[in-house]
Formats: sequence, C-alpha cells, structure tokens
Amino acid sequence: MIGSVLRAENLHLWRTERHVLKGVDLRVCGGELLQLTGVNGAGKTTLLRALCGLNHLEEGRVFWNEHDVCEDLEGFHASLVYLGHEPPLKPDLSGIENLGFWTGMRRRISRAAINDALIRTGGGEFATRPVRTLSAGQKRRVALAGLLLAAVPLWLLDEPTTNLDSSGQELVAMLLEAHLDAGGLAIAAVHHGLGIAASRLRELNLSA
Amino acid sequence: MTWTWFHRLGSPPYVYRLAERLTPWFAWSAAILILAGLYDGLVLAPPDYQQGDGFRIIYVHVPTAWLSQMIYVWMAVAAAVGLIWRIKVAHSVAAACAPIGASFTAVALGTGMLWGKPMWGAYWVWDVRLTTELLTLFLYLGYMGLRASFDDLQRADRASAVLAVVGVVNVPIVKYSVVWWNSLHQGSSLSLTGKDTIATPMLIPLLVSMLGFTLYFGAVLLVRLRAEVLRRERAASWISEVVRP
Amino acid sequence: MIATLPTEMTPPLRAARLVIARDLMLAFRRPDQLVQPLAFFVMVTALFPLSISPERATLRAVAPGVLWVAALLAALLALDFLFRDDAQDGTLEQFALSGQSLTWLLLGKTGAHWLLTGVPLSVMAPLMGYTLGVPVSASVGIMLTVALGSLALSFIGSIGAALTLGARRGGVLLSILILPLAVPILIFGSRATELAIRGEAYLAPMELLGAIVVLSFTLAPLAAAAAVRISLE
Repeated sequence: MIGSVLRAENLHLWRTERHVLKGVDLRVCGGELLQLTGVNGAGKTTLLRALCGLNHLEEGRVFWNEHDVCEDLEGFHASLVYLGHEPPLKPDLSGIENLGFWTGMRRRISRAAINDALIRTGGGEFATRPVRTLSAGQKRRVALAGLLLAAVPLWLLDEPTTNLDSSGQELVAMLLEAHLDAGGLAIAAVHHGLGIAASRLRELNLSA
Repeated sequence: MTWTWFHRLGSPPYVYRLAERLTPWFAWSAAILILAGLYDGLVLAPPDYQQGDGFRIIYVHVPTAWLSQMIYVWMAVAAAVGLIWRIKVAHSVAAACAPIGASFTAVALGTGMLWGKPMWGAYWVWDVRLTTELLTLFLYLGYMGLRASFDDLQRADRASAVLAVVGVVNVPIVKYSVVWWNSLHQGSSLSLTGKDTIATPMLIPLLVSMLGFTLYFGAVLLVRLRAEVLRRERAASWISEVVRP
Repeated sequence: MIATLPTEMTPPLRAARLVIARDLMLAFRRPDQLVQPLAFFVMVTALFPLSISPERATLRAVAPGVLWVAALLAALLALDFLFRDDAQDGTLEQFALSGQSLTWLLLGKTGAHWLLTGVPLSVMAPLMGYTLGVPVSASVGIMLTVALGSLALSFIGSIGAALTLGARRGGVLLSILILPLAVPILIFGSRATELAIRGEAYLAPMELLGAIVVLSFTLAPLAAAAAVRISLE
C-alpha cells in the first residue's frame, strides 16, 4: 500500500455532444485525499467513473503505480473500491449478508470480521435486520463497513457523507484519516469539505 | 500507410465527400445493369422447360434474397468495426444498411411467395429456408427497434452493434438450410467451386441482375450514409461548407 | 500484472457460486415472484384446449407445440427480471468493478435464473402435458427436453436482457429480439418432446439441443458482459 500512486493525464470525455471532461490532469499519492469539487453537472461522478474504467475516455490515460490501467483492468479493479450515490445493498438481505457477498467476491471473510467492521461504523445494532427496514443513514453506515472490509489501497467515493448526520460525517472523516494513515489514497466527490487535515488534502475543481 | 487510409475512413467529412462523389457512379451503373439484366431475363432468355415463363421472377427474387444476407453481413462487419475500434462512422454505415436490408428481405419474401403459389401451390410454407429468411427480417427489425429505443445515441449504436454481431449466426444457417434439411426450396444453382446447374442463357441475365442490384444497394447506402452523417454531425463546423442552403 | 494485486483473490468459479447462492437466497425471500412464470405457463397452456378443441386426440397431437410455446413465453416473461433489479440498484456496476471476470459473474446469474425458472417449468410441463392427453410414460422425456431447452433459452435470453437495459419498453423489445434466436431451440425442443410423447427415441434432437446449450453457455455470457458494460457507460 505504501507508495501507491494514481495519475491521470489529459482526460477528455464527451457525453453525447457535451464535452464534460476537458483535459483533466490529476495525481494522488498514498496518504493523500483528492477532493473533487464543482457545481452539479460539472462532471465529478463522470470523472470518478472514468477513472474506474466504466465510462469510456476519448483521450487520455490513467496510471496506477505507473502502469496503464488499460493493460490490466481487472487487476486495477482488485485494488480499488467505488462507493456511488446509492450503496448496492439488496433490501431483502441483512447488512451482514450483503457485506458477506460483496467482500466474499474479493476474498474469504469470516462473519466475525464483518461484525467488527459494522461495529466500527456504528452499524452493529442493525446488522442482522433486512436492509429495507433501515433508514438511508443506516444503509450508508453498512456501506461504509464495506469500504473497510474491501481492504484495498484506493477508495473512490461519490459524496460519501450523503444522508449522514454530524456524527456520521465525523465517522467518514475518521475512517478516511485511518485509511490515509495506513498509506491508502482516496478520491472523493464532495459538495463541502470532509474535515481532513490540510496537509494530506488536494483539491480539483471541475467547474474551473 | 494503410493505417492512414483506415483512419481517414473514420473521419465524417471525408466519408461524406467520398460518398457524394461515388453515388452517381453506383447509381448509373446500377440503373444500366438492372435494366439490361431484366430485359435480358424477362424478354430475351428462353422459358424454362418445366415452369414456362413463371420462373422469370428468379431475376428479382434471387438477387434480393442474396442481398438480404450480404447486407446483413456488411451491417455486422460495420457494427463490429464500430464496436471494437470505436469508429462512429462505422455505426452510421450499419444504421444506414439496416432499412435497406430489411426492404430487400421483404421483397425476397414477397417475390418468393408469388413464385411459390404456381410452383408449390401455396403462398407460404413453413420450410427451413423460408422460415430462416423470415427470421432475418425479424433480426433487421429488431436491430432497428433496439436502436430506436435508446435516447442516448452512443448507447443505441453500441447495443445494436452487439445485436447485429450476435445475429450473424443466422446467415450461414440460411445459406446451408437447404443443404442440412430436406427442403421444398430448391438448392443452390450457383456455385463458386462446382459446376453451375443453370443453363447459360439464363445464367447471364441472372448475374447481370445480381451485380446491378448490388450496385443499387451501394448507391442507396451511400445516400443514406450521407443523411446519417449529416444528422449526427449537424452541430459541426464543416457542415456549412458542404450543405448549400 | 499490477504490483498491488492481492494474492488471496477469490477464484472466478467461487465468485460465480456466491452469485448463484445470493440470487437463490433473494428469490426464496420473495416466493410469490417465483410462482409468476409458472402461473403464466399454466394459464397459457390452458388457453389452447379452450380455444382449439377439448378433444383428447386433437390435444395430444398439438401438445408438444403448445407446451413449448407456453414454456417459451413464460421464460421470456421471467427473463425481463434477470438483470433489471441489479441494474437499478448498482449491483451490475459493482460486478464490473469487482476485479472478477464479468463473464463468470453473469454465467452465475444466468445459471441461477435457470434454476429458478427453467427447472420449475420442466417439472410443471409433464403435469400440463397430462391435461393435454399426453401419457404419463412420457413425463421424464418431457422434463428432460424442457429442462435442456430452457437452459439454452436462459443463456440466449441473457444477451437480450442485457441489451435492453435502460431501453424504453424494454420488456416487449426483449421478446422481439430473442424470438429469432430462440426459434432453433423451439424447433428441436418440440421435436424431441414429440418423439418422447410417442415413445420413440428422442436422442438425436436432444443432442442438437445439447449442442445449442453448450454453444450458448460458452458464448452468450461474453456477449451479455459486453452488453452490460455498454449499459454502464
């Protein structure tokens, strides 16, 4: 995890006829958080998805640890976790069952480990209830536990504090700080600051 | 050197101008060959010893049936090029091919029905060759329907391209259906390798007619392609130079 | 290979099994949805004696075709739900980002879909066959043919289901797209069923059906994965 670097050069992307990403350059190292800011529609989500390889880039390249991600996209995906607006939790399964599935796709995981992660994100009490009975904030806490369980160096987050109260927002800051301490890196699309120390913070404004 | 040519073919203004220049050549030669072929076949060629004059519908039926399959292959190849190399003009070609292919398939089915009545006693039989040709029509219509159901043009292009490529399995099935199954439909009279089983005075107008219809397809494709390119590039700057008000 | 690839990555087969297990778990928590294609199958089969003739000899003659058309329609109805929920809640997006081969994951999903729709249909088919005058001795034959045919149909249908994600009126369009590709299955399947009903050997059409199954489950997930990626762009 130490020494990981994500770099992108000259990214261009069109959505139908709109030029959404106009020559975006960025560089994030281990221990740093890159905040993407900009008005609605500026392209924050599009940029995150383009970095993952979901959206097709007309021009530009993305480098993970100085390797072009196109050469081994699956390997790149194994090193990242992407949390979008809506966490992909099945309403009829419980938090533990959902997380067991998603983490199990990456590696073997014990129920105890899932429980620990849920306790850390404040989801311990409602871990075994079906997700459809949870509030939006509770669902997000379950999703945040998923971030921890993925155990990957790169976090790509799209508005991670949505639906969270102030204690929830502190939780996100805490989790990010711990992740950055361990050498991980993160890119987050935000509307307001996440409360991370300025020394580890970089910013990219897409409206500019 | 070859790659420059390949990339130039991906440029909409270049393709538009090329299509504009080629259209009259295709159109005129198509007109001449079709008229010659049809005159030769409908008037000059001798009547068939079994079917009399009824067989003459072959001069329209065979070219349209052959083209219905060839256009599909053309469409699938263009779609694959657009899908793999992300060349948008290739998607325009595929989109332009589809309605032409569907029309040819419909004409092939229609002329086949007109021929079937005197030959087999029925307008339609559920025979392999006819059924798979009907499926070809559904594949074309499915392609056009899938295209139309997306608002996002890029998504429409790519999804319908996958469908076109998947559907290409139907083409060899249609071709070999008369070989693999007992079929009412007659087998191939024309062969690239073996001996043709059709008499020469009837063969010549057939070949002329086939070439003529193929050139006709080319001409119509070029016109539709230009329209498709114009529609997609309407916001671009090169349009004002090309389209005279 | 990128240096930070974790070495204990779940193998693709295990990931596919996890997908199947999850889909089965989800389906059994909503059993009423499982019953819908079956109910549709029963209703469609029942329409034929009502509209053609209740005479046993007539029904027995048309039984293979009726069973297959009804099974095909029921399967098409069920295919609509193959990817729809997962596309809407972001599951497909996560599949594409999981580091696992999307082809294997979709193979798992389609396999689970067959277990939940094709297998029940193939168990129901002999029962409905009996109502159409088919002898009980043909039950095993009918079950095997419908099971195999519905497997091929699930895989071929997965391509259509993936292509119509996000399309307007996707459900009807899906049926129109799949029907041309499903015709060979219908032809061989009903031929095999007919032979089974008459008590004759039905191995030959079954082998052809088997060939279609093998072809479809090796190639269809690839096409479906391409279509899913297109829907995520």
